[in-house]
Amino acid sequence: MEIKNAVAGTLESGDILIQIGPAKPGDTGLAVDLESSVAAQFGKQIKELIAGTLKELGIENAVVKATDKGALDCTIRARVTAAAVRSTGKDVWK
Amino acid sequence: MRNSKLTSLEEAIRKSGLRDGMTISFHHHFRGGDKVVNMVVDCLAKMGFKDLHLAASSLSDVHAPLIQHIKNGVITKISTSGLRGELANEISHGLMKEPVIFRSHGGRGSAIACGELHIDVAFLGASSSDELGNACGYSRSENAKSICGSLGYALPDARYADHVVVITDDLVSYPNVPKSISAADVESVVVVDSVGDSSKISAGAIRDSKNPRDILLAKQAAKVVINSGYFQDGFSIQTGTGGASLAVVKYIRESMLEKGIKASFALGGITAHMVKLHEEGLIDRLIDVQSFDKVAAESIKNDPFHQEVSAVEYASGVHQGSAVHALDIVILSALEVDVNFNVNVLVGSDGIIRGAIGGHQDTAADSALSIIVCPLLRGRIPCVVPKVTTLITPGKSVDVVVTEYGIAVNPARPEVAEKLRAAGLKVVDINELAAKATSIIGTPDALPFGDKVVGIVYNRDGKVLDEIHNIVE
Repeated sequence: MEIKNAVAGTLESGDILIQIGPAKPGDTGLAVDLESSVAAQFGKQIKELIAGTLKELGIENAVVKATDKGALDCTIRARVTAAAVRSTGKDVWK
Repeated sequence: MRNSKLTSLEEAIRKSGLRDGMTISFHHHFRGGDKVVNMVVDCLAKMGFKDLHLAASSLSDVHAPLIQHIKNGVITKISTSGLRGELANEISHGLMKEPVIFRSHGGRGSAIACGELHIDVAFLGASSSDELGNACGYSRSENAKSICGSLGYALPDARYADHVVVITDDLVSYPNVPKSISAADVESVVVVDSVGDSSKISAGAIRDSKNPRDILLAKQAAKVVINSGYFQDGFSIQTGTGGASLAVVKYIRESMLEKGIKASFALGGITAHMVKLHEEGLIDRLIDVQSFDKVAAESIKNDPFHQEVSAVEYASGVHQGSAVHALDIVILSALEVDVNFNVNVLVGSDGIIRGAIGGHQDTAADSALSIIVCPLLRGRIPCVVPKVTTLITPGKSVDVVVTEYGIAVNPARPEVAEKLRAAGLKVVDINELAAKATSIIGTPDALPFGDKVVGIVYNRDGKVLDEIHNIVE
């Protein structure tokens, strides 16, 4: 699946900004870079959720930069899904 | 004039007999606009002092320059009610050898009065003073530069410190009465350009929260107050300054007008909201240890029934005449409440110090009914938790916790729970609230605390309640 650079979300409190792009040449897998106001307590959970959501959408190779301002799981899933749809052009909601 | 105490800051310090290792004190009535702490500590550093104990009534973001003076060994010990900003962040990461001592406002007042916290030299900023040291937190002269209102937290220092230096930006003719600090307690008077930026005491104007969750919480809290059994003619009340607490006053006011109920007094940090109710005749007297905005500061200057009190008169646990003993209802906020009703208002859920004990311990303990208002979650941060990060106010002092998911009542107060249920309010088990939070956000990982003790939390009776450890990144 072709991955283009795409963005979803905002930097508002309670939201998360997801920036997705193609994996670096030669790299495989999902590289999730997370900056979060709740990193100490929820960093692991959030990274797993981002990677898990992308895999469910069939994205196995990508670079993700996530800037989190304390978003809940439902918000994170929605933003990651929106970024993935914008990135791949494949509408998962139909 | 004869016997003038006017002198320079350096000369005042020299005259005070201050030596390395001694305790200096400050008040925080200018809050984020304070200029006295940094000015005096800069001067002490320049004069070569070391190993001083800084005992402030509180410290905030504006005191970040102290970091340098801690690194240089000028300040080696701190006692305060709270810490915020970069100074708090550095201390949380282990900046100081000695842990910071945290006391409530009432606890600090009684510790000073009882000699447990001995102050060698107090440096007290004032918005006006005469040459002998009659000083207060406002000025009636044309040259008035600053206003902070009540000097309540400075009064124990003025009375009990060995040596008192008043620092003012408006020297007025003798006698500067009515006064807060008496010339009888003052050794030196220093005139400077500015003691503080009054605009930073608060936002200044009454600002109603437009956050719909704050409004919901405020309405719920008002219903708790109104149906608690304590909402009767002549009741007394204290509130915090958060969005929700401020809004509570608005909804209680409506009910007071409707039912023809008036309050005998409002206590504590006084806000423009409280001044408004007082001026409308809904609150008979204001008892003010700290003016939270300019409106309150102006009111204390102009209204004889808006009374300044010292931290001891306000909230001491050992002085039975302190005002909190007469307080019916207090509405407080919290960073965290746990299933045993313990409250944390000092350490953030990232383990970093970001708040102040203030009068939380004092008012919760001595009021007839203490109500904590907090959302279940702030973003992903839970506010109702299995166990608080740091214990500040013991659960036995806390009666009701209001969240948007329901109202929890301390099992020790079944009669309050019964009244609230009868009024149709949603009373829930606090364990259910904690479980609800976990169901939304998952279970947080443990915070990366280290082995170093960076803070010690005292209860208002002088006993140690908890220790704060350094945070490792």
